[in-house]
Amino acid sequence: MVNRLKGYLGDLGYHVVLLGTALRYLPSLPRQLNRVLLYCFEMGYKTFPIVAILSFFIGAVLALQTGFALQQVGAQSFIGSIVGLSLCRELAPVMTAFLLSGRVGSATTAELASMKVYQEIDALQTMNISPEKILVMPRLVAAFIITPPLTMFSIFIGWFGGMVVAKYVNFISLSPTIYWRGMLDFMTQEDVTDGLIKGQIFGFFVILIACAQGLNTRGGPREIGFSVTRSVVVSMIFILFTDYFITQALL
Amino acid sequence: MTAVGKQNKCVGVCVENVGVSFGQVEVLKDISFSVDRGEIFVIMGPSGSGKSVLLRTLIGLLKPTTGRVLIGDMDASERETHQKIKSALVFQAGALFNSMTVYDNLAFYPREHRLAKEPEIQVKVEEALEMLSLQDAAKKIPAELSGGMRKRVAIARSLVMEPQLLLYDEPTSELDPTMAATISEVIATLREELNVTSVVVSHDRDLAENISDRMILLKKGSILASGTASEIMGQHTEEINEFFRPEIDVENPRFRRQSEEKVS
Repeated sequence: MVNRLKGYLGDLGYHVVLLGTALRYLPSLPRQLNRVLLYCFEMGYKTFPIVAILSFFIGAVLALQTGFALQQVGAQSFIGSIVGLSLCRELAPVMTAFLLSGRVGSATTAELASMKVYQEIDALQTMNISPEKILVMPRLVAAFIITPPLTMFSIFIGWFGGMVVAKYVNFISLSPTIYWRGMLDFMTQEDVTDGLIKGQIFGFFVILIACAQGLNTRGGPREIGFSVTRSVVVSMIFILFTDYFITQALL
Repeated sequence: MTAVGKQNKCVGVCVENVGVSFGQVEVLKDISFSVDRGEIFVIMGPSGSGKSVLLRTLIGLLKPTTGRVLIGDMDASERETHQKIKSALVFQAGALFNSMTVYDNLAFYPREHRLAKEPEIQVKVEEALEMLSLQDAAKKIPAELSGGMRKRVAIARSLVMEPQLLLYDEPTSELDPTMAATISEVIATLREELNVTSVVVSHDRDLAENISDRMILLKKGSILASGTASEIMGQHTEEINEFFRPEIDVENPRFRRQSEEKVS
């Protein structure tokens, strides 16, 4: 039990040290713009389709569920506000971070773990090239840049999914004008901003966890798979755990 | 020690009472030796004797638990030392960057450190490729190369760094005898042409006999013998035979029975 606790604290410490080391290389950012753009492309472009599909259906299901309940009391006009608020304050940032962890985080961990196992990281160190400088820092910057627009897309597509269901499902049949009006009446710009901040924090730490798990891989090729699993699980726990505290802080 | 100059300064590589432990496990114990500038120094020993750990300590990937390693009077555990000396390590499996072509692998170091402009880098890379007869492999990715070619690419990548100290981890392992002899020749030629100090960790007796100036024999993390290859091979023949005896006892009746069953 004590050893396990020591292990967890050691892991936590490693994440903090990795973050500190990577941020120390921020001044080299202008020289690494190509890498940042490449990672932005990988994180944004490759995650976008799956974010779009998932967000559409999350918005749709949310509208369906609330629509079913609200039509019994004749309050369908509130669907827009409910879908709008829940998506931008909670569901979009959390789902985007989950997808980022599954799609990009796992690939990042696999790549770095494989580089570690096959001594590419050691080779970098013998060349006096810091892995934190060229492998971690550009990814963190890319995650910081790309997660707010990704979350924004998720919010818009979710809202659109909700609107489609609200309009075309028989027992709801809410006109898009009322749907959007309801949303605008109840929502403020702050709600969207809070969601984007949340998404940005989640995305940044998901990539940090992915890098740390990859670089901390020890042993043979079998460990690559274990590191990927650990990266996704730790990221998801982190997202759900910190979600509560960030939400409370932003209320 | 020959690498220590007149004013007691280390002029090559000086390993002084180095010990390395991982937790309670002592992998290296009180290791001391020195390597002269331009010398080919071979470290030999059976599996698990601490050869690779010693090599990683020399390149600064591991810090010694006790003692110190000096490279030209600078502490080898500091990264700045290796930046100044330009030491390079040729890894056993090459450790090539699998996502890049051979050309980009070679150009990576000067590009990343901005040591030269692209046309100059191109000249350097092409020279290194030519030296190791790798011109045809320039556009290939490491996965497309044979074991021998990967080793040569790893050596070429180190050459682009223009190192003063070149460390080799099992450079002839997993190679056929012809390719192993070629790699040995390459190591000797590099010393002759570039006066690179070379430290070679190897299991290969032929390599030690043919190209080493001096060598040490490691056993269970300690130095069993040091001297020239002919001295050590002459005085410690039995130990060396014992070290490199095949782990499978072919005289064992059980092994014989299994082999016969397989044949039948």
